[in-house]
Amino acid sequence: MDSYQQIILKLKRYWADRGCIIQEPYDSEVGAGTMCPETFLRVLGPKPYRVAYVQPSRRPADGRYGENPNRLYKHQQLQVILKPTPADVIEQYLGSLEAIGIDLSKHDIKFEEDNWESPTLGAWGIGWQVMLDGLEITQFTYFQQCGGIDLDLCPAELTYGLERLAAFLQNKESVYEIEWAPGFTYADVRLEDERQNSVYNFEMADIPTLWKLFDTHEGECQRLIDAFRAIDKDDAGSRARFPVLSTYDQVLKCSNLFNLLDARGAISVTERVGVIARVRKLAVGTAHLWVTQQQTSPEVAA
Amino acid sequence: MALDFLLEIGSEEIPDWMIEPALDHLKGAFTKLLADNKLKGAVAWTDATPRRLVVQLSGLPQGQKDSVETVSGPPKSAGEGAAMGFARKMGVTPDQLETIKSDKGEYFCFKRKLTGKPTGEVLAAALPQLILGIPWPKNMYWLGKGTPRFIRPIRWIVALLGSKIVEFEITGVKSGNTTPGHRRLAKSKKPIKVSIKNYEQKLLENFVVVRANARRQKIEAGIADLLAGTDLAIKQDAALAHTLCYITEYPTPILGSFAESYLALPAEVLVTVMRHHQKYFSVLRADGSLAPNFIAVMNTDSDPEGFVRSGNERVLRARFNDARFFYEVDQKKPLAARVEDLKNVTFQKDIGSYYDKIQRVAAVLTNDADARRACELCKCDLTTDMVKEFTDLQGLIGGLYARAQGESEAVAQAIYDHYKPLSMEDSIPSTPAGQRLALADKLDTLHECFRIGMIPTGSKDPFALRRAAQGVVKILIEGSLDSKLLDLVSNDSLKAFFEDRVRYYFREARGHAYDEVNAAITCGWSDLKDLAARLEALKAVRPTADFEPLAASFKRIRNILEQAAFTGGAIDITSFADDSERNLHSAMTSLNLRGLGYREQLERIATLRPAVDKFFDTVLVNAPEPLIRQNRLALLHHLRSEFSRIADFSEIITSSN
Repeated sequence: MDSYQQIILKLKRYWADRGCIIQEPYDSEVGAGTMCPETFLRVLGPKPYRVAYVQPSRRPADGRYGENPNRLYKHQQLQVILKPTPADVIEQYLGSLEAIGIDLSKHDIKFEEDNWESPTLGAWGIGWQVMLDGLEITQFTYFQQCGGIDLDLCPAELTYGLERLAAFLQNKESVYEIEWAPGFTYADVRLEDERQNSVYNFEMADIPTLWKLFDTHEGECQRLIDAFRAIDKDDAGSRARFPVLSTYDQVLKCSNLFNLLDARGAISVTERVGVIARVRKLAVGTAHLWVTQQQTSPEVAA
Repeated sequence: MALDFLLEIGSEEIPDWMIEPALDHLKGAFTKLLADNKLKGAVAWTDATPRRLVVQLSGLPQGQKDSVETVSGPPKSAGEGAAMGFARKMGVTPDQLETIKSDKGEYFCFKRKLTGKPTGEVLAAALPQLILGIPWPKNMYWLGKGTPRFIRPIRWIVALLGSKIVEFEITGVKSGNTTPGHRRLAKSKKPIKVSIKNYEQKLLENFVVVRANARRQKIEAGIADLLAGTDLAIKQDAALAHTLCYITEYPTPILGSFAESYLALPAEVLVTVMRHHQKYFSVLRADGSLAPNFIAVMNTDSDPEGFVRSGNERVLRARFNDARFFYEVDQKKPLAARVEDLKNVTFQKDIGSYYDKIQRVAAVLTNDADARRACELCKCDLTTDMVKEFTDLQGLIGGLYARAQGESEAVAQAIYDHYKPLSMEDSIPSTPAGQRLALADKLDTLHECFRIGMIPTGSKDPFALRRAAQGVVKILIEGSLDSKLLDLVSNDSLKAFFEDRVRYYFREARGHAYDEVNAAITCGWSDLKDLAARLEALKAVRPTADFEPLAASFKRIRNILEQAAFTGGAIDITSFADDSERNLHSAMTSLNLRGLGYREQLERIATLRPAVDKFFDTVLVNAPEPLIRQNRLALLHHLRSEFSRIADFSEIITSSN
């Protein structure tokens, strides 16, 4: 039986062997691997890219004080971006399951329609949830739009729910019983994180402070967007060195604060749409900055 | 020798609910393709799996026949210069032109010989557009911006005319004669070479059942095997069976179980978890109660080591645990304590919150304490974790919680039912309080949406207002209340909207002919139960011998009155000039309809036919003498107005008009 970390290592190896850059998690709070610049910004524009990384993803409202065996405040996703999509992408994906020891001849795999959409990112795609013996183990998406922009190439995004996958492979009823490394369970590594952050997110996070932070990051983000737009049309140099990535970090801060406020019950259903629109405006604005910057100075693009 | 043609469009997994409409489209598109290209032959069959759309044509010729196309040119009178120009345009010399005569004169023309193309060539040219022309509800591109769109990426194409490949390319995929088998069970990883004749057999050997019906039968037979010798049966679910047929290429059912203790949760919740989240059939005991079992349908041939069963059982356990958690958390705050929370739940941004909504609805439920109490609580389940997770259960959860929290049975049932009927087939709320609440809730939605101009147009009906109006109509007709529809509607465009729904209900749900519906509605549609009774009577009497001829006469009467712009007047019996007038008048006046049911009334009215016929055979209504004419018109006007209270017979379409 593979440990949790062994499963992750095998998946990374598998995708490294298929030409993926193995990135490390992004160092800012995100709700999903999709929000990392490695996905959100890299899928834009005409440059091919292949990357795989594990991303701890925070969903404050899903926290359960470590008491629910299947729901987590912070879960880990393995995010794979294949841009452009290879024609045998599904075979490659199924191969990755075999690489972690799932004998597909003894299990039931189905691809069930599930289109992905993120209103806060102005992003959507077409795809499936991949069901293994009735368990959703992967979200498979052909990205169509990001930041409100049609994508030049059409990347495939594979998002593996690592805890679910490991619980399945190790035959555990609770994610906390997963063996992370020999002698250490998932609970040993993460339970305290779940407990303490549930207390903070649901009970102690100070709502006025969160709103103040949200407004501050929103302001900083908008200030940067406006600054980029104010750059003279012929001044390619200033555009090329502009901190679009730092601007995007402010979007991520806003998104995480929105999730915290939501978990705290501070956003009424009526307000929700409006706050989502505020974050979306920043995300879409930054995506346009990125595309413009890439077009003006190809040498900056990675 | 006639040829067959086989097309298999190979794709990644297509959403199940889109497949049959796509096949219908393909069938029509191929029929049109054959007709447009003057090719004999027909669509023999279409079928599909999630990964392949298949069409077979039969009776195709080797090629099109040679033909002659006549191209008309300038009039002959335009002279030789014009003829030269036309000939040049046709790429010929003037002596090759001919002339044709039409009713407008004589024209130059050119008879162009067209050499028929081989069938394969016609197909190869037309297929890429035909395939990409399938209209999908939501399609995608996969090769990059600006490239063709389809429901999912196209990965292979089989196109065979007889034994030959019809060669074309689409989204970078070349047509061929090979197809992959089942993703995991296929004997070879490589695509299998097929012919038209062995196509289905070869695929079956590689664990793909091409025909949806065969997959359905395989599922049914498998379930029968699993439950043989028990007193268990599945909860029949045609829509689920349909879905399962189209998410599998080789379906095999398995039987799983869960702990009895979960049966303490409401059956509605358990069934919803199994049905909507896991696509399982629920299993019922002989007494109709839920058994602690489920049936899942795999897309594979067997589960020798029980991995699939135990995996599904574990997923279901986790789902049920979630539901139990929601149930327990929800009970900590009873529905009655959630009313204030509805102020924060938006019904529609320009209409207000659900709190506002229940205030408005409660205001009209003054005479029914149960309905009023139910109204107060009926939207509170929107704030529960259970309904946030299982939105389809709104209403049902409210009803179940109300019962558990000690509300009266009448209140609980009214809440439980108040979204009913959800469709034309669904039943209406079972109690008067439920009917009153459902009616008031739907009417409030309709009035408020119409007030802010949210009126359904075409296929756009985001608030399902048609369904709401249909529900109102159904409840008024089938329920125990005696409200009149138009007393409940205060908005003119909403009245017109309702008239459409009333017509729709009687045509589609009750199967009445549209002219009968027109005839009966003309005589009023506010009292819907009365309208229903009149329509039943009309339907019963329509086939009798005298009815349609009488209806034809009424139509004639209407035309005569309209032409004469006659709006009514007294009958003067002394001015009758003919016996047929007197006979008709006495037949009318002696017809006693008092105390009779609609059907008997109509039967009596039909007996007027000989007198009416005789009248028209004998006299001219438009008699030259104004007095006689006036009197005849008055007689007819009286006849029409007196006997058109059940239905306006002149609306009936008869063979004579």
